Amino acid sequence: MLARLAHRLLAGCAVVLGVVTLTFFLLHVAPGDPVELMLGQTASAEQVAAQRRALGLDRPLPAQFAGWLGRLARGDWGTSIAKGQPVRTILGDAWPATVRLVALSLILSYLIGLFIGATQAARSRSRTDTILSVTTVTLFALPGFWLALMLVLVFTYWARWLPAFGAAGFDADYLSGGAWLADRLRHLALPLATLTLIGVGGAARFVRGTMLDTLSQPFITTARAKGLTPRQVLGRHALRNALTPIVILLGLSLPALFSGAVFIEAVFAWPGVGRILVEAVQARDYPVVMAATTVSAVLVVAGNLLADVLAAWLDPRVRSAPA
Amino acid sequence: MTRLFRDRRAAFGALVLLVVLLCAVFAPLVTNGQPAAQRDIVATRFVPPLSSDMHGEFHALGTDRFGRDVWTRLVYGARVSMGVGVVAVLVSIVLGVVVGAVAGFWRGPIALTLLGLTDFALAIPRVVLLLLIAALWQPSTALVVVVLGLTGWMSIARLVQGEVRALAARPFVEGARAVGAPRLRVLARHILPNALTPVIVAAALGVGNAITLEAGLSYFGLGVQPPTPSWGNMIASGRDVLVNAPWVAAAPGVALVLVVIACTMLGDALRDVLDPSHQLP
Repeated sequence: MLARLAHRLLAGCAVVLGVVTLTFFLLHVAPGDPVELMLGQTASAEQVAAQRRALGLDRPLPAQFAGWLGRLARGDWGTSIAKGQPVRTILGDAWPATVRLVALSLILSYLIGLFIGATQAARSRSRTDTILSVTTVTLFALPGFWLALMLVLVFTYWARWLPAFGAAGFDADYLSGGAWLADRLRHLALPLATLTLIGVGGAARFVRGTMLDTLSQPFITTARAKGLTPRQVLGRHALRNALTPIVILLGLSLPALFSGAVFIEAVFAWPGVGRILVEAVQARDYPVVMAATTVSAVLVVAGNLLADVLAAWLDPRVRSAPA
Repeated sequence: MTRLFRDRRAAFGALVLLVVLLCAVFAPLVTNGQPAAQRDIVATRFVPPLSSDMHGEFHALGTDRFGRDVWTRLVYGARVSMGVGVVAVLVSIVLGVVVGAVAGFWRGPIALTLLGLTDFALAIPRVVLLLLIAALWQPSTALVVVVLGLTGWMSIARLVQGEVRALAARPFVEGARAVGAPRLRVLARHILPNALTPVIVAAALGVGNAITLEAGLSYFGLGVQPPTPSWGNMIASGRDVLVNAPWVAAAPGVALVLVVIACTMLGDALRDVLDPSHQLP
């Protein structure tokens, strides 16, 4: 098990390094220059050249990359070209917001998805199954940014219940206790609902398929023959065995969820890594893009690893399998 | 085929896709034929659905802020969105089948390298790559197709690789080799046709996915550029007038959801029919 984990960890590091390298060279090869964007059109050629030299952008690409990696190894994330703030501060403020949103929606969508999928599997081919199937396919098909717009239209503009922008109101700093919490929750509601609704469709569809696969296996027949109640068969035998692929999917769906979060954060002006990434790409803010990409790659690889460990914990067969 | 269409999901999916495709192909016949036509902007903008403007022209889905007919733009947008989705998936399929077939048929360093490359590409957050490529080069329809194609081939490669590897060990392949057929011929004529079943299913699901991603990119101004209508940039233009004219954003979204549902249902039904071992009780 330890050897397997070490192997996966090593592969994960290689993936992160690969993603970072690819991003760096794509970023620098692509047209567009952060200095020109920063100084504007009125800057003279000399001013642009001087600023480029000051930022070290005139050095050869491999040297720049080596320098960036070296500074990263010492914990120096660099300084944002567009904002002048340390990248560490910018990301440090942003990542808790993203993790909060992504983790909450992951938990919610899998709990709801598990419930819907298991219900469908237990009543396969019934009217309930059909109705829930149509519902989950529809949820699965909804593009996040469009669902977000429609929720904003209904809950912000028509009903005037929920705010549509940011993570807190303008007066958040002056609120205390319950009012502060209520403000936060109200701001969280729409982005969280959007991400969760999209996630539920995929999760429920997968749970239904896996549960039906499991339910058709001989050990379920045995369990039924032993005289266990349907509830016991479903909960203790089928669900537990169906959990392994579900947990693996959970880890594998992290990249997709993160992708979804990027779009949703941009729509709701949610102050997370996704929004920072979109802004930084547009401003060609090299240090910020590199840092945000590194963080997201690490998150994704960590998610896959976590799924692997969880699967081994749940299923002894995975534990003894060769890496 | 008969079995396929006896499946209600397949029948629904095929019907929706057929209607959308027919509308897209015969766009000039079912619309006013001018998706970018702006006449009297102030007089004809924000006409609500199912009503006529001051010139007596009927707008089934209303008009946008430039007085352009939403239904016409929706149908012409279908050409762009469906086209982008289908071509992008074709690119992914060609790439995925080539990589998967080579990695599954030949052992050794080439296969290992290709598999490693596939796993690596699978681990990259797709949206980060999409954002980077789409934001860094001048956005255009062709770029969207290339980007979606280049980021969508990995799962197909894995599917094909698994199938090819399993098929290569089967007796009929040995037989073909024994009568002296060259390796490439064995791969192309004997193995690949048998390995394509899961690819068809993946393609049906992939088209829906590609259309959604195209819309996402266009929504952020990184995809198909206005005035060419695509469902994504129509939703984006509706965002700014959400309060005055919600139908501008709602109509292309509903169309998009319908098409993706159709693709998903067709894909599910295809999988059940083509692969009985995977059939659910």
